[in-house]
Amino acid sequence: MAAGLSTKRLMKELSDINTKGTPPGISLHSADSMQDWIFLISVLGEETVYRGETFALRMKFGNRYPIEVPEVTFLANPEYQPPVHPHVYSNGHICASILGNEWSPVLNAVAICITMQSMLASNKKKERPEGNDRYVRTAPSNPKLTRWHYDDDVSLIETETLFEVEVEQ
Amino acid sequence: MSSDGENEDLMFEDEYDDAFDQDEDMEDVDSTSEPDVYDALSPAIEEAPQKKPYDISWKVRTLQEIIDMQNKEIKKIQSLLEVPASTAAILLRHYVWNSEKLQEQFWNDPTAALQGAGLSPPSSPSTRTQTLPSSPEKRPNRLPRTTVASPSIRTRSRLPTEPFECPICCTDFDKTLVEGSTFAMGCGHRFCRDCWGEYLSGKVKGEGESAKIQCMESGCQRVVREEVIDEIVSSDISKRYHNLLNAAFVADSSNLRWCPHPNCEYIIECNQAPARMLNQLVPTVECKCGHELCFGCGYGASHRPVLCRIVKMWEKKCADDSETANWLQANTKECTKCQSTIEKNGGCNHMTCKKCKWEFCWVCMGPWSEHGTNWYQCNRFDERSGIDARDTQAKSRASLERYLHYFNRWANHEHSAKLDAEFYRKTEKKMEQMQNSGNLSWIEVQFAKAAVDAVIKARITLKWSYCMAFYLKRNNMTELFEDNQRDLERAVESLGYLLEQNIVDTDSIAKLRQDITNQAAYVQKRHDILMDDTLKGYLERRWEFSVDI
Repeated sequence: MAAGLSTKRLMKELSDINTKGTPPGISLHSADSMQDWIFLISVLGEETVYRGETFALRMKFGNRYPIEVPEVTFLANPEYQPPVHPHVYSNGHICASILGNEWSPVLNAVAICITMQSMLASNKKKERPEGNDRYVRTAPSNPKLTRWHYDDDVSLIETETLFEVEVEQ
Repeated sequence: MSSDGENEDLMFEDEYDDAFDQDEDMEDVDSTSEPDVYDALSPAIEEAPQKKPYDISWKVRTLQEIIDMQNKEIKKIQSLLEVPASTAAILLRHYVWNSEKLQEQFWNDPTAALQGAGLSPPSSPSTRTQTLPSSPEKRPNRLPRTTVASPSIRTRSRLPTEPFECPICCTDFDKTLVEGSTFAMGCGHRFCRDCWGEYLSGKVKGEGESAKIQCMESGCQRVVREEVIDEIVSSDISKRYHNLLNAAFVADSSNLRWCPHPNCEYIIECNQAPARMLNQLVPTVECKCGHELCFGCGYGASHRPVLCRIVKMWEKKCADDSETANWLQANTKECTKCQSTIEKNGGCNHMTCKKCKWEFCWVCMGPWSEHGTNWYQCNRFDERSGIDARDTQAKSRASLERYLHYFNRWANHEHSAKLDAEFYRKTEKKMEQMQNSGNLSWIEVQFAKAAVDAVIKARITLKWSYCMAFYLKRNNMTELFEDNQRDLERAVESLGYLLEQNIVDTDSIAKLRQDITNQAAYVQKRHDILMDDTLKGYLERRWEFSVDI
């Protein structure tokens, strides 16, 4: 199983997306390889602070997926910018418990998209996390190497090799 | 990954503190008031030759004894609550091995107790779980026998009579294979065994989890039982899992501590040094590996006579970068008379300012004339006369000097003690020489080694005494402390001097031997006086510190 685990599962997820489609506001932008997918996410409705914006969510799947959580970031390039949100750093890193200690192997790529979409939908104020600049300056390229904390209502980053980040949930 | 563990650690400590709050006085803390639950297992108590009021007793445990302790507790709970062994184990781990609290809460509300520990049917947010087993009180934990699929409710496939697709790896299982190749716990979330194995191995190996590994289903808090893990994962992962469980047990038990020395696998058990006693006890213990450690804080050597909290403060202060910067800054000083900046680059502490010819002591900055032959006046940072000196120096510099005064003496003894191997080597050479030229037998020259032992032991105590003095408030008691400190310091230096003496002829050996033996006995005596008085002083609440302890 070990090597084939992620492939078979991702094939299944892909075929589900192709046959059943994705929820409104979410679409698969590219799945060029089995390990690297990009979804486009927009928040629907008039109420949202992100009206008219579209964000690109990138997922990189390791071969232990779905036992292990994929690496999930918002794209930050000339075409797409990460949403301005208190849990999203300007380099696209996301602090969300579902991508950390609350990850479960029964969750899937679309479930992550839905969580991200609702995280954006519930936001009322466009602002970056506290300490954004400091984090972005020194963050590891893989957000999974950042040690996120989800228990506090203050965003806080410790400057260590591993970053300790506390963000309200 | 999360801060859960930290929070729980805090909670554990609180619970233990509460448990210890029952007895308030020192007199209560002996083996009778804090019953030794594991007495049946204790082979012998290592006791100091004569027991002093500040001495504690402890036992050195093997890993097997630690395992037995857990099994004994598990068995007890198993029969008291009439639950399977693995349920008892999960409950005990959840209640941090506080079996009284567990029993109280269990009898109060069994469902809540089981649910809290991750044992009852889940309230999973997943929509897949529909029905829950009825009446968890009656049969709260039917053990899912690991070789057979759990008899409780299933989620997607109703029974092993239907084909099954693992929701994780999407592998299909024919109805005949479901029973053998898939597994669900009491919560009913079924997955294939390969996925379970991958998941559990990752938790144990990758994340070092043990007691709180939960079901793979999103949001399901069902804890995976020991026998399930043992059955599914490979034997080396299973071994690691049990090691982690044992480590967690030791970490959760305030009366247990791993010996911190490398490659030592013993565990110290001590019931007389709970955290709240550490403001008056310095629980130095000796492991069977031959090394000393502090039971209170895990320091890998004796830090007597200094309290754990003071040691921690001191180490932090010394490690602090700002102090290092200060230290560098402090390598230059101003002449107390003409303010010329002077850098000391060697030589003794008797300084003569090149500019104004003022003679002063580099260490205390006092006039050298006051020192004269009485060098040891300088072990005491006399704050009153220091005030005068400070008139001419910046205030920050004065507190820095105070720190450096103690730090330098501390570091000096630390450094000397580190050279003990060299000291032994040199002494051994001398002992050989004495055997050859002085016609002394091997046994007759052992006095020299004993003297080196005494010097090294006293130096370590002296080292810590300077840390202690730094935090002591200035009062009469502190003066007595520093008198004792000075006496020991003097005695050690004279003994050190004698041990450095060259052996000239046979006649001098006899005299040297006599002198060293006497001086070593004196050092030992001064050492015991300082130690005894200081440790007793805590119990008599004689010491006042400039910081909160």
